[in-house]
Amino acid sequence: MTSPKLDRRQMLKLEAAAIAAAAAGMPTTSLAANLVTEREASELKWDKAACRFCGTGCSVMVATKDNRVVATHGDIKSDVNRGLNCVKGYFLSKIMYGHDRLTHPMLRKTNGKYDKNGEFTPVSWDEAFDIMAEKFRAALKKRGPSGVGMFGSGQWTIWEGYAASKLFKAGFRTNNIDPNARHCMASAVAGMMRTFGIDEPPGCYDDIEATDAFVLWGSNMAEMHPILWTRVTDRRLSAPHVRVAVLSTFEHRSFDLSDIGMVFKPQTDLYILNAIANHIIKTGRANKDFVSRHTVFKRGQTDIGYGLRPDHPLQKKATGAAKANDAVDISFEEYAKFVSDYTLERAAEMSGVPLNRLEALAELYADPKTKVVSFWTMGFNQHTRGVWCNNLVYNIHLLTGKICAPGNSPFSLTGQPSACGTAREVGTFSHRLPADMVVTNKAHRDITEKIWKLPEGTIPDKPGYHAVLQSRMLRDGLLNAYWVQVNNNLQAGPNANEETYPGFRNPDNFIVVSDAYPSVTAIAADLILPTAMWVEKEGAYGNAERRTQFWHQLVPAPGESRSDLWQVMEFSKRFKVDEVWPEELIAKKPEYRGKTLFDVLFKNGQVDKFPLSEIEPGYANDESKAFGFYVHKGLFEEYAAFGRGHGHDLAPFETYHRERGLRWPVVNGQETRWRFREGSDPYVKQGTDVQFYGFPDGKARIFALPYEAAAESPDAEYPFWLSTGRVLEHWHSGTMTRRVPELYRAFPEAVCFMHPDDAQEAKLRRGDEVKVVSRRGFIRVRVETRGRDRPPRGLVFVPWFDESKMINKVTLDATDPISLQTDFKKCAVRIERV
Amino acid sequence: MKRSVIFMLAIALAAGATSLGAQTLNSGLRGPTPLNDEGPAPPMAPMRNTSEKEVRNYPEQPPVIPHSIEGYQVDLQGNKCLSCHARARAAESRAPMVSITHFMDRDGQFLASVSPRRFFCTECHVPQNVANPPISNDFIDIDTLLSRASPGGRR
Repeated sequence: MTSPKLDRRQMLKLEAAAIAAAAAGMPTTSLAANLVTEREASELKWDKAACRFCGTGCSVMVATKDNRVVATHGDIKSDVNRGLNCVKGYFLSKIMYGHDRLTHPMLRKTNGKYDKNGEFTPVSWDEAFDIMAEKFRAALKKRGPSGVGMFGSGQWTIWEGYAASKLFKAGFRTNNIDPNARHCMASAVAGMMRTFGIDEPPGCYDDIEATDAFVLWGSNMAEMHPILWTRVTDRRLSAPHVRVAVLSTFEHRSFDLSDIGMVFKPQTDLYILNAIANHIIKTGRANKDFVSRHTVFKRGQTDIGYGLRPDHPLQKKATGAAKANDAVDISFEEYAKFVSDYTLERAAEMSGVPLNRLEALAELYADPKTKVVSFWTMGFNQHTRGVWCNNLVYNIHLLTGKICAPGNSPFSLTGQPSACGTAREVGTFSHRLPADMVVTNKAHRDITEKIWKLPEGTIPDKPGYHAVLQSRMLRDGLLNAYWVQVNNNLQAGPNANEETYPGFRNPDNFIVVSDAYPSVTAIAADLILPTAMWVEKEGAYGNAERRTQFWHQLVPAPGESRSDLWQVMEFSKRFKVDEVWPEELIAKKPEYRGKTLFDVLFKNGQVDKFPLSEIEPGYANDESKAFGFYVHKGLFEEYAAFGRGHGHDLAPFETYHRERGLRWPVVNGQETRWRFREGSDPYVKQGTDVQFYGFPDGKARIFALPYEAAAESPDAEYPFWLSTGRVLEHWHSGTMTRRVPELYRAFPEAVCFMHPDDAQEAKLRRGDEVKVVSRRGFIRVRVETRGRDRPPRGLVFVPWFDESKMINKVTLDATDPISLQTDFKKCAVRIERV
Repeated sequence: MKRSVIFMLAIALAAGATSLGAQTLNSGLRGPTPLNDEGPAPPMAPMRNTSEKEVRNYPEQPPVIPHSIEGYQVDLQGNKCLSCHARARAAESRAPMVSITHFMDRDGQFLASVSPRRFFCTECHVPQNVANPPISNDFIDIDTLLSRASPGGRR
């Protein structure tokens, strides 16, 4: 690509010379001089892997040669993507080869000693772990277990998240571990738990080819789940009766396929959802048989606040904040009366969507002959009433019985490749344990301690600091030793100016960041650990449709990079049980006295059970080689013990290296496509037809939940709504994709999308530089009035992939009070010309 | 003395060699602006607009679009890209014909026309800005790798 261009004439001359050279017996790589034909040279080693990016979970074929990835393409054998990748997936080959890969640990030093304000200096792994252990010890001594914490990822492999969770929840005895999936999936989790009592979608991607209608609620699938969008497009265009409805606060690429496009005023989705339920009941289309057999009704707590700091006026005012997740039983009649206030007419007024479109939308759900799939992602989840939105869309599917059957599916799309597999299933959230268990439940802690062979009382009984709270605690100097893996929270987390950045640079704190590249989070840290990525290690991800997928290590990591898994396990050797556990706990298991956390957590007779000889021949496995046992298999099998027989069954380890993934529960070798449905889900009792077995009564919950306003709305001083989000070509904060030149050039820098009339009114033209200013901070960016995103008047959209325009300095750290997930889609800004 | 060390460091860094001394670690993607400040936004650069193809990194890579596609309509009403790249139009337009893989459905069966799953071209094919990426990429393509004297030399 960078070679000088030759014209056709010059090219032919060169080729002739090469052929002549070959004829003269000069050495060439093959017989046909301009084509490598020798099989040994031309053969590529192809292996499967899961894509590194979104939650779709495409399978990718990866070609390696001489320890390097040389090509990638979509896996034809995978049911998810059948040979396709999106543009990011097609460029996976290049994500590991950015020129500035980190290749050795770097510590801030002055005159050879650690200094918070020093310059990054290469150090050995030994020195890195020495200082890290010293700082963790000091924090533990000063504050106890609450002084240390970790921020992980929905991009952790399953065993990485599992090992980290063990180290913190059991080893350091703190629940201050949370994944960045808190920013992306937490509302979906809480929504599932409240409605079904068990996490993750009832349906699967097969619903796409079986349905008559798609409704996108705050999801721009065309850019964020491109391969699923190819399936939706295929279905819509192949079967002309199929309809696509798209709801968003601004027009985006998914509107290109929409039959019913709807731009609504931010937060009024709550109104529309209730109005649809009301329409279904009022027109007599509630499925009474299904509703009476399989559901019960609840009225949820209201006035639940905005997850802001406790001294924020909005928090002080909220009467229901302390009991946000509460609900009381009500009857169908009471529920019907509750939603009767929400008419389509009023919804049209509130939302700004024309009434006839809302009617057409409501009919997709109400008409018993139309099968319907609802998709949603961050528009629902990143919402101060995100859990409610999830509950309200389930209401509609439950009222009509359009659920758990091919083509009828409320489907929460996942943002990250293992938000399901690692964050949710492994339970790396600050309140969770594996297989949907929680730290606040004694029986759940008992089960976990038993499987982990730990004394009773090891795991603390209170939730730890969640994502946003971690940033606040860092800022307040109460969380003093902090480890970040597989995420870029300084760029991704909300309110970076007031919380994250001051927290990182607080002199009381020691911040460790594991990354492959110098992200802004890494350069704000005190110690950087160079990290192996993707196929530089053996991995496992779980996608949005409950599909668990594995890959082998295919190439070595550069320099001294090590996987997150190795880092966690190796670091655990630095602590003796005696230093981190109280005497009364050790007294319950005296045989652990004097042992390291590594011995207790990982050399426990389970994780170290499988010898190196079980690694599939022909594949490297750096961590296993380092520890002397098949680490990944040991961790996986111990972890799988949590879910087998409890609705979360996983297949044996080796199966996943053969299959293109399987959707759990996997019982007797069979995956499950539709949960809660007799004949498809082995956990459903015979004769029940449908059984929502997440709750003991086997019934799903339909919730009465009202409209409540957003945390911050535009006013005279800050007259615009700001929504943030992603673009197709870049993954999250762009640390990988912006190092691929083709992807960089496809969308080089973030812009501020705004309505042309708003721009004109402010005397701005496309390309003018502006400040996007909120009460918390500003960025400088160029105005875009054309292109893929077309906001309505009064709203601007700025993507967050660009680290030179950190829009999260502007956003507000208001969260859903139940899920504790940030609303990145709504705050108030003004636009100033620079 | 100090100055010369810094000078040598600069040389080492510029050469891309591994420096074992202290270094100000910058994000090449962010530029020199400190994390607690926000620098100016450079002017918007135009998209490349030629008919000159770019070499693919590997045969499976979807070719990038060398020309501007601003204002191209691809929606329920139609697909503007196909007005040049469709099989029947390619000779006249001199644009590359849509790959035959694009005629296959999910099961690998060829259809009479381009499969609807391939309808939105920009899911895979993207136009290119003229801006230069601040960080280069060390990917080595297979031809270069095969022609190397000692395989696996680097990394």
